[in-house]
Order: sequence, then C-alpha cells, then structure tokens
Amino acid sequence: MSSDQEKSVIIRFAGDSGDGVQLLGSQFLKTSAESKENFLTFPDFPAEIRAPAGTTFGVSAYQLQVGGIHIASPGDKADVLVAFNPAALITNLQYVKESGLILVNEDTFTERNLSKAGYDKNPLVDGSLGLFQMIRLPISSQVGEALKDSDLSKSEIERTKNFWALGLISWMFDRNIDSLTEWINNKFKNNNISNANIKTLEAGYSYGDIHEIEQKIPKLYTSKGAFDAGTYTAIKGSDAMAYGLAAAVEITNIPILFCSYPITPASPVLHSLAKHKDLGVETFQAEDEIAAICSAIGASYAGILGVTSSSGPGIALKTEAMGLALSAELPLVIINSQRGGPSTGLPTKTEQSDLNQAIYGRNGDAPIPVIASSSPSDNFYTAIEAVQIAIKYMTPVLLLTDGYIANASEPWMIPSINDIPKLDLVTNTSTEHTSQAKAFERNSETLARTWIKPGTPNEMYRTGGLEKDVLTGNISYDPANHQAMTDLRFKKIACLQQDLPEQKLSRNNGSKNLILSWGSTYGVIQETLNTCENLNADHLHLRHIYPLPANFTELVQCYEKILVPELNQGQLAKYIQAETSREVISFSKVTGQPFTVDEIKERIVGLEGTK
Amino acid sequence: MNNQDKTNLSPKDYASSQEVRWCPGCGDYAILKTMTQTLSKLQLKKEDTVFVSGIGCAARFPYYLDTYGFHTIHGRAPAVATGVKLANPNLSVWVITGDGDGLSIGGNHLMHALRRNIDINILLFNNEIYGLTKGQFSPTSRLNTRSPSSPEGSLDSPVPPCKFALGSGASFIARAIDKDKKGLGMVLERSYEHKGATFTEILQNCIVYNDGVFNDHTGKEAGLDKQLHLVHGQPMLFGEDKQFGLALDLDLSPIIVDAKKELSKVLIHDETNEMLALMLMNLNTNQFPMAFGVIYAKPKNTFENDFHQKQNRFKRDKSVLDILKNGTTWKVD
Repeated sequence: MSSDQEKSVIIRFAGDSGDGVQLLGSQFLKTSAESKENFLTFPDFPAEIRAPAGTTFGVSAYQLQVGGIHIASPGDKADVLVAFNPAALITNLQYVKESGLILVNEDTFTERNLSKAGYDKNPLVDGSLGLFQMIRLPISSQVGEALKDSDLSKSEIERTKNFWALGLISWMFDRNIDSLTEWINNKFKNNNISNANIKTLEAGYSYGDIHEIEQKIPKLYTSKGAFDAGTYTAIKGSDAMAYGLAAAVEITNIPILFCSYPITPASPVLHSLAKHKDLGVETFQAEDEIAAICSAIGASYAGILGVTSSSGPGIALKTEAMGLALSAELPLVIINSQRGGPSTGLPTKTEQSDLNQAIYGRNGDAPIPVIASSSPSDNFYTAIEAVQIAIKYMTPVLLLTDGYIANASEPWMIPSINDIPKLDLVTNTSTEHTSQAKAFERNSETLARTWIKPGTPNEMYRTGGLEKDVLTGNISYDPANHQAMTDLRFKKIACLQQDLPEQKLSRNNGSKNLILSWGSTYGVIQETLNTCENLNADHLHLRHIYPLPANFTELVQCYEKILVPELNQGQLAKYIQAETSREVISFSKVTGQPFTVDEIKERIVGLEGTK
Repeated sequence: MNNQDKTNLSPKDYASSQEVRWCPGCGDYAILKTMTQTLSKLQLKKEDTVFVSGIGCAARFPYYLDTYGFHTIHGRAPAVATGVKLANPNLSVWVITGDGDGLSIGGNHLMHALRRNIDINILLFNNEIYGLTKGQFSPTSRLNTRSPSSPEGSLDSPVPPCKFALGSGASFIARAIDKDKKGLGMVLERSYEHKGATFTEILQNCIVYNDGVFNDHTGKEAGLDKQLHLVHGQPMLFGEDKQFGLALDLDLSPIIVDAKKELSKVLIHDETNEMLALMLMNLNTNQFPMAFGVIYAKPKNTFENDFHQKQNRFKRDKSVLDILKNGTTWKVD
C-alpha cells in the first residue's frame, strides 16, 4: 500500500474455474466505481473451461488495483488474496506481498484437496505461511448455515460462496452492497437462486461486523481518484473495441460488416457487437478465419466496410487474404487481440509477440499500416482511427491489441462524438473516365483509388489479386508496371505518414534516457514513472507503428539510452534499430504476464547505473 | 453511347474489352458465350451483377464480362461472395470456381455457402484436372489418373460434386455440359431464378491436359443414349428416339426399361425429391446415362433474408454513446 495521499490496494481473488471468481472480481469493481475509486483489473484465467475441481491447472484468478490517482496497472503483488481452496493458495502465493493478508476458505482444506494441490501438510497449521497475515474463514459452512432453510441442492448452495466473499470484502472496504443486491435480482431469473445469493452476500457482510475483533479482520481504506467532471463507466477493452467500431459508423456513415471466427481472447468483441442492434454494425460468424476475412473483403468490395478480428493463429491464416485486400486496394480493418505464441501457445495469456507478423507477415512487398492500442479505453479510439485510415487510404489496416487489454477494465469518461478526432475522408468526384478505369483514378493527396460500389451504373470494373495496370486496373505483367505499382503501394504509406499526428512524449523531463514502448505496457510504465520517485527517464509511447510518425527518428536521436520494454523477444527494439539506425536496449519478457511496476522501475534504475 | 441508355442489351454488350486468353478449343469459351447469351436473355442490369472467382483457369471468367467482377484467392470465392451479398442483397452474385478451387482448397467454403443457403449462384467448371498448374490430378480426377504428380496413377477416390452439394444441404443442384448451349442456358436461367445458393456442375473439357475425359457421355459418338435430360414432372426418358426410360426395380435399384412398351414404369422427375436426386447422382454411368439439368431444387429460407430481417439491414438509429450512457455509469462533478 502506498502513502496516505495515494492509497491504493491490490486485491487478488483465486479459486476453481467454477467458483465464480471472475464474477466476484467484476462485481467488486462495480462497488469501487460507485465509490469513485480509480481501478484497473486483470483477469487471469486458465485455458480449461471447467478443469477438475481442486486441481492447480483449473485455478482462475482476478486481480485488481483500486484507489489513488496514478494507478494504471492491475498492480504487482497483492495486498489481499482471497483463496477458495488449497490449489488456489499454492498457485497464487507467489503473487502476494510479504506480510500480505490472505483469506482462505478453510472448509476446503481437506486431505483430499490438499493432496490434489500438492501439499504434504496443511499449510494453515504447519507454520509455513508465517510471513503472511492469515485469516481462516469457514466460508462453506457459513454459506450452508445462511441457506439452511433453502430448497436449493447442496451444490447450488456451495456455488453461492463467491457472493459470501463479495459481502465480506465489501464490508472490509466499506462498500455499499445495495447495488449488488439489485444486480443479483436482475441477473438471476430463478428467484430461489437470486434470493440465496443475496442472503449469502448479506451473511458475508455481517460476518465482518460480528467477527471483526476476535478474528482481526481489518477494515481497509483507499483514497479517491482524481477525475475530471463527466459521466464515467467501467470499460472493458473488448467492449471498448466494439463501441469504437460502432462510433466509427456514426462518424463515417459507412456501415460495418464484422466477420469473425471464435478464438480466445478475441471473441468477446464479436459477442459485444452481436448483442447490439441498430448501430449500423452487423456480425457474421464465418466457418473459419479465412472465410471471416474473405467475407469482410467481399463486404468492402460491395461498398460497406469489412472488419475482421482474431488472435495470432487466426491472423496467420488470414495473411493471404490481407494481401488480396492490399492488392485490390480495398478498405479493411484487421484486429489482432494478441496472445502467447507460437502456434496455439498460451491462449488465455497476454503477449505482444505478433508485431513482426503485423509489420512483415505477408508474401510479397505488402505494406499495411499497423497501429496499436495502449489501454482498454484506448481500443475505442484506435478502432475509430483504424476505420478512418482504411477508408481514406483504401487499404487494409492492422490494429494490434492484446489479451490483457481485451479483458482488463478501467474507469473511462464517456466522450461526446464531437470530441473524437476525425480524418478528412476525401472522396474522388472526378468523372474523367467511365467503366473500368474510373475505379483506378487516384486522389492526389492520399493516392487512394476510387471506391466504386457495385450497383453504380456505367462504372463496372474488374479487379483482383493479379498485378494491375497502374492506369486502367487491367491485368498487367509488364515489368515497369509492377515496379510502378510496388512503388505506389509504398508511396501510399508515405502519404499516410505525413497525415499522422506529430509524435509526442508521454513524459518529458529533459532526461537523457528514454523509455520507448508500444501497446498495453503504457499503463504500467506510466504508473512506474508517476509513483516511484526520482526516476530519470522520458517516455515515448508509440500508437502508430507502421509507418512511424514523421518526426519519430528526430525525436529519439537526442537520447543517450533508449530502453524498449515489450512482452516479446525484442521485436520493436529490432524494428526501431532497422528503421532509425539507433541502438536501443531491449527489455523483453515472455511469461504470459504483464510487466510489473517493480520490473520496470528496476530497469530504469539500471540505466543510471551503467551511465 | 453508354450501355445503360440501351433498352435492350445484346450478348456482346455483356462482354468486356479484355482479350480472352484461354487455350484455343477450351470448354470455357462455350460457357462464357452461353453466359453472355443468358445475361442478355434475362436482361440483367450490368451494374447489379457481380462475378466472383477464386484461382484457376475458370477464375479468369470475370475479367471477360462487363459487369462488376472480383478475381480473389484460391478457394475463397464463396466466402468473398457471401460478404458481397450480405452487404448488398440487391446484387445478383455469381461464383465461378473449378474442381480444384471449389472442392480441394475451397471445399470448406463451398460446403458452408451451400448449407447456409445464401442467394449466390455457384458454377463449378469440372475438368477433372489442374489446368493452370499444368496438369496434376484434381479431387475429381478418376482413380489411377496419370499426371505429372501421379506418374503411376492417382491413389485417391474422386469426390462426386453433386453429391457433395446434396450432402452439404444445397437447395438447388444442376449439371450441364460446356458445349450444350440449350441445357446449360436453361440451368443458368433456373439458377438465377432460384432464391438461395445454387450449385451447378459444368462438365468442361480441358483440351490440353484432360482432353476427352467426358467423351463417354458428352462426345458425339456417345450420343443421347448416355444423357438423361431431366424435366420436372416429365418421365425420365433418354435415347435418340426417347426409347429408353429409367425405372426402379423392386429392390429400388435403377433399371432401364423400354419406354415404348412400359412407359408407366418410367420414373417421373420430381426435382423436390431428395431420394430421387441421390439416386440420379449415384447412377453408375458405365451402365446408365448421366443425369443433366436440374437434379434437385427445393427452395428454403435464404440466409441473407433472415440476416437482414433479424439484423435490420445495417440501419443505425441510435448512438453508441447513448447506449454507454444508459449502462452502469457514475457522475463526477
């Protein structure tokens, strides 16, 4: 816990994947939001849907940091761990601070569960947890007691225990549980179930009151956030992406066909869009990843905007079609919610290792703009920008986000549509040609060809993946023409580069050290620089990765040391070295987990040491 | 003068200015010609017609028509066409594919386009060989086909295209011969009229790598004894003089009867009967004629119809920011 003015607490909930830990975490977040607390969450769940109960590989966790002004990450090690069984304890102990508070459901510490988790002896009694403050809670029996008159089955009663824990935690943080009661009533159609959940929620809450003294259950306090005036919501990254696409329709007045194939962790964007009607975005679940991008391309050919969304392995399957969209010069947005790779890799864990794939991963010289989101709410803005670039430049655009951003939530002030940066979406109105050649007339500023929509009389044209004549669009194998078309594709990128906003520093202290980052590491780096004293480094965070902003190279030249932290083996570092001929220091991590404040801080301190 | 100003479009009006580049004598020429004739007969608006193709010899088809055209990537034309049709259901969307494109690399998309019953017309030019890559065996090549990649004969059994379509849940299945203007023209018209995905197998002769592979049924010598031209509601008669009829034996196996004597035994074609369709597709063509025309047609609800009814045709009548503001929010003053 930080100083009094800046008091934040890191809480981690862990249990079986069927224990309702994610729901517990997200509901606690809501009470925090209502108390005007700052927060950032990080769900950490296994790839297995419902692994056998009590096993270590079936443990699901949810971490959040609440309180204070500067938090921008889910925090490093937890101040409080709530563990629902021995497996949750043994796998999550490593994420708890020394002398941290651990709450366990002692009823689950049976011989059978202990051995499933790999404990020889009961850690609650053998003294091995001496460094921590341990609070043993009889959650299962308390839940049974609270619902002894209920008609529910034993297993249904047991399943309400996440609400008991939510009640107790709400008491500890002095939260109001009225809105939780309301939410439960709306959420569960079955009255028996909702009544039972409310009963156990209240039982957990009053357990705190009653046992405060004898069991030394502490009351914890956090400081309020510093928010500008406005209306806020707790935004999850995947929802922000979906809403961003819908807002893009509002801005451009061009409907979207969102074509996708289910994959972790990208699917929530599909779910979020499928839920809403009348936003001008329709969803199509295709038969595979290739069909998803191809139907999106078909939609763009037909005159609306195709968008496809996936994760690394799915993106790999889409690469040939991306080349088609590039060659046919059709607008298209490809969203990659990155996860751990290679191959199937770590489906539920986060990584930034698809950067090379995004920049280089196609056959032929195939330049496609790449932009990256930096936080859950930033997905809203990058989605809008990607759509606008795609339409303005008649090009596919790759939008990189990741599993951490997709699943994390943060407070976000709902913007007004007029506050959103807009690109000038120029369209060609020249009527010099009819039929085929009209589609290949180019805008002189963007070099984008004209987007002719089937249904338009007299402008019928044919296009495809074969090389096209630079003037007429007819098939051409002419050597000089292929050179001209390849040059044209790169010139389009150069035009976009001139159109990008000037790159600014996220922190400028006139230091000789620069932290250069991209994607989801933004929050943890900002939090480190804002909360740790005396760190000597400026910060530059890239949103536009390909092309780089026009002033980028000049901006980084003045630094003596450039540290590039990223969740891969140094992909941005190598890219920057190649693009700018500047040496950089790569700081890579590929554990499937985000960076911690301590890790970033240590490396920044290290920069000074080697000076 | 713009074509649009003309009240009547001739077959030539549907041809683009591009020089056709198939091998001389290729069956594709005949198909292209029947297509422009059909387009003219139906007077389809050029601007409302889109041809989408994958990769292969057949896939060059869209370049030769003065409609909208999209030459995509190998096997994926049905997926691209799906996006086109969902975006604008008013367009008449045609997919041109081949046996390799449609049944090998793109088999998955073909299956799903058919079972989804999206209103696109799929024409599969079947020449039982990979032409554009110089003659390797294809998924419809017969067992033991000798080719550069199978010098000792191919080992895998061919996929029967029409049966594949039936198994995939297609609502319209037809078969035609490249040079049979009348039969092919009729099938193209019918497939245009059918609401839902249509599948048409066109036996197309590859003059360079697989010349004469269909001669047993389409060649001059084979004649009408080897072709059964189906007409809905009419007896299944064949032969120069319609002297033969197709009938079923007591064990439901097909037999050939003398139609002049036993007309009452001859099966009446019912294109809505899936069992009859399967029997026609299963005919052992060594002993029996091959079935041509509309083998199966049973309209059902189309995907884009449901899609647009349920999903409101890309209409936008609210702001996403209002949705956000009506959700769980809190105010900071």
